[in-house]
Amino acid sequence: MHSTDPVSRTDPAARPTGVTPPAGRPRAGSRPPAALLVPAAVAAVFALLPLGYLAVRSLERGPAFAWDVIANERTAQLLGRSLGLAAVVVTAALLLGVSLAWLTVRTALPGARAWSVLVTLPLAVPSYVAAFAWLSVFPDVAGFAGAALALTLVSFPYVYLPVTAALRGTDPAQEEVSRSLGHGPLRTFLRVTLPQLRPAAAGGSVLVALYVFSDFGAVSLMRYDTFTRGIYTSYRASFDRTPAAALSVVLVVMTILLVAAEARTRGRAGHARTGTGTARLAVPAPLGRWRGPALLWCTAVTAIAVLTPLATLGYWLAVGDSATWDPAGLLDTAGTTLGVAAAGAALTTLLALPVGVIAARYRGRPASLLEQSAYAGHALPGITVALSLVFFAVRYAEPLYQELPLLVCAYAVLFLPVAVAGTRAAVLQSPPVLEDVARSLGRSPLKVLREVTVPLAAPGVLAGAALTFVVCMKELPATLLLRPTGMDTLATRLWTETGTGSFAAAAPYAAALILLAAVPSYLLGRQRT
Amino acid sequence: MRRPLARRLTALFAAALLLPAVAGCGVDEDDAGLVIYSGRNEKLIKPLLDDLEKAVGTTVAVRYGESAELAAQIQEEGGKTKAGLFFSQDAGALGALATKGLLEELPQASLDKVDQAFRGGAGDWVGTSGRVRVLAYHPGQVAKVPDSVHDLVKPEWKGRVGYVPTNASFQAFVTGMRVLEGDDATRAWLKGLKANQPKVYENNLKVLDAVGRGEVSLGLINHYYWYARVAEKGEGKVGAKIHFLPGGDPGSLVNAAGVGVIKGSDQVPAAQKAVDFLLSEKAQKYFAEDTKEYPLASGVTSTVEDLPPLNSLEAPRIDLGRLESLQETLKMLQDAGMV
Repeated sequence: MHSTDPVSRTDPAARPTGVTPPAGRPRAGSRPPAALLVPAAVAAVFALLPLGYLAVRSLERGPAFAWDVIANERTAQLLGRSLGLAAVVVTAALLLGVSLAWLTVRTALPGARAWSVLVTLPLAVPSYVAAFAWLSVFPDVAGFAGAALALTLVSFPYVYLPVTAALRGTDPAQEEVSRSLGHGPLRTFLRVTLPQLRPAAAGGSVLVALYVFSDFGAVSLMRYDTFTRGIYTSYRASFDRTPAAALSVVLVVMTILLVAAEARTRGRAGHARTGTGTARLAVPAPLGRWRGPALLWCTAVTAIAVLTPLATLGYWLAVGDSATWDPAGLLDTAGTTLGVAAAGAALTTLLALPVGVIAARYRGRPASLLEQSAYAGHALPGITVALSLVFFAVRYAEPLYQELPLLVCAYAVLFLPVAVAGTRAAVLQSPPVLEDVARSLGRSPLKVLREVTVPLAAPGVLAGAALTFVVCMKELPATLLLRPTGMDTLATRLWTETGTGSFAAAAPYAAALILLAAVPSYLLGRQRT
Repeated sequence: MRRPLARRLTALFAAALLLPAVAGCGVDEDDAGLVIYSGRNEKLIKPLLDDLEKAVGTTVAVRYGESAELAAQIQEEGGKTKAGLFFSQDAGALGALATKGLLEELPQASLDKVDQAFRGGAGDWVGTSGRVRVLAYHPGQVAKVPDSVHDLVKPEWKGRVGYVPTNASFQAFVTGMRVLEGDDATRAWLKGLKANQPKVYENNLKVLDAVGRGEVSLGLINHYYWYARVAEKGEGKVGAKIHFLPGGDPGSLVNAAGVGVIKGSDQVPAAQKAVDFLLSEKAQKYFAEDTKEYPLASGVTSTVEDLPPLNSLEAPRIDLGRLESLQETLKMLQDAGMV
């Protein structure tokens, strides 16, 4: 079924058009083994909890009431605004992410290593901090443009990182051959490299779109009404859960459509090489006269995405009253944040692993259902996910309620797709034939997973874990509702301090958050395979 | 290279997964005699709640969040809520819990300390401090400050007014206008305001700062934001000034932050002691001096210099309990294209 010849795959000369044979193509028809299916189903059930909650809540007053909320003219209007914003942000993030990934991995860009670290740093900036930074410098930027700007600048690493990993994971031989045939770097990039990056870029785009759907902080500061903001307003103004739940259902449907559409465009794209390959980097393409513009591009992006928020924070730190500094509290909060984020990343990665492998390796209804369920919670506003866990925990897991494990579970529901996307892209790049060989040698499916699939996909899985770690650190609404009483993270402290408008006092927490989240970003940027 | 890496990672992740179990032993609210869900900011009221702990005589654990989100959480938790006391930033969230029958009736002695205007109709919540709606203005741009919010729909203020349509206090004010002047008049006013292209901000402080910078000439805010900014920066550095609207104008509504005891909780006695503490002279003075709000318990007056006494304000008399009809207000704001 996946009868591809490993030899022809490493022989790109046989395919001068640059179309890679579908080596990592999913095995049509074959069913995933129970060793994968069972844990993946557990993850899916987990991710579907908010959906169950929404069903209960939105139908509380009967389907007619829910329909009245959904059929409102304003619903369509808000939906249109969210979709428009997502389209612009995804396009911009693709442009930034792919161009920077290619420049830093595949070209002789001076200081490529440093750039690769710098351009992942925006990931560490919470959307509300970015929006605040921009507004404090340019008050007129508010509205659609401001929201698009702030969201693009914090989310483009979602594209940059998987694309970088894909670039490092693909065999450079094909590009070298293309170059040896006299094609320039740009042509080689467009015809050979880009098609191989499609799964990674598409996965990243979905994450960016979901990020836009669920964001509240940036759009709210930028005064741009989106669907999620509508849901928040509904909670805040009416203390009523039913309309908010009905609106959330629309968001879930939108997510599922988006993920399904992405799976469709992804089609049969899949790229692998045999073995883990030698630890060989592609020969960097010389940039020639494009060196200047390339450097300018990297400088501009870094200045805009990294320096603006840092400079604003620096300003607030400088004007801040030293009496508001609380180093002990800061250290304590930072420690807590690292702990819960690490636990969140660990659980999320663990749950994402089987889902990611199935999504990459198997086609068919169970596989696509599992993958789509994994995304269900991601576009939802944090408060909806948090309330759903409150609902289930007080009923079925009361001892866990307002304890750390439940918060960690919330992170898993919220960020499962981040880890799934990383895993899936990584697994797609490792050849299934190696797994077959291992199976034929008598290894159990679980052993194959542990000894072949996971080690091969390790860099991508790691990238997903690091990303999850960073987003857990920044999470606010679910953390507020589910944390143990008295516990604080950097994000909740930031919320407390800005709640009274003391930005100077908030600045140390924002700075610490960015600094800590920058560590995994730094490691991701440095990572070489 | 790879396999040891993967193994190390697995070990690391396993360790991280165990972490919550270990750390979970740290804070334990089960030891707490009283759990307060506070929609009021920690920065503002932590010192007061530290004193409250001494007064109540049992361990107090406080959970901070947004008033509306905590109200939603208490509803979601139902009978299994861990909260004994809900400390809300506005009357609306308390009214919502009261309507759902989630609040305990308070002892008459506690209720009697506060004017009837600032407590729940069924005696199930009580206001602890008052916040007045005011007009912030830029002295350089405004020669004569309007004396009514109705003036804001006049052409001279086109594009010059800042407000926060998503803010609970603004929405409570609109609800107040509906109660005072009826839905039709309110709808007409909202339509006129919208047509005058007011600038929308994220919160009251942003409005105040925008007025201070002269970005807008007038702003609809609560009084204490101005006092807090002045305390932080000094009066000379705050560009905006505030005006208390006379004549019972709906724009000068007095809303209340307050508390309710969660029904059926085994913390009821402790929670009631907490309510009494918050209405004590000590706590009321704290609101007057530290959060710059109006004390609501009778006999306590503000000592903040130029804060006019509550009874000198020509605020509209209105039953705050009627402010819970927020849903209709929201619908109206949505129809006007404001939220």
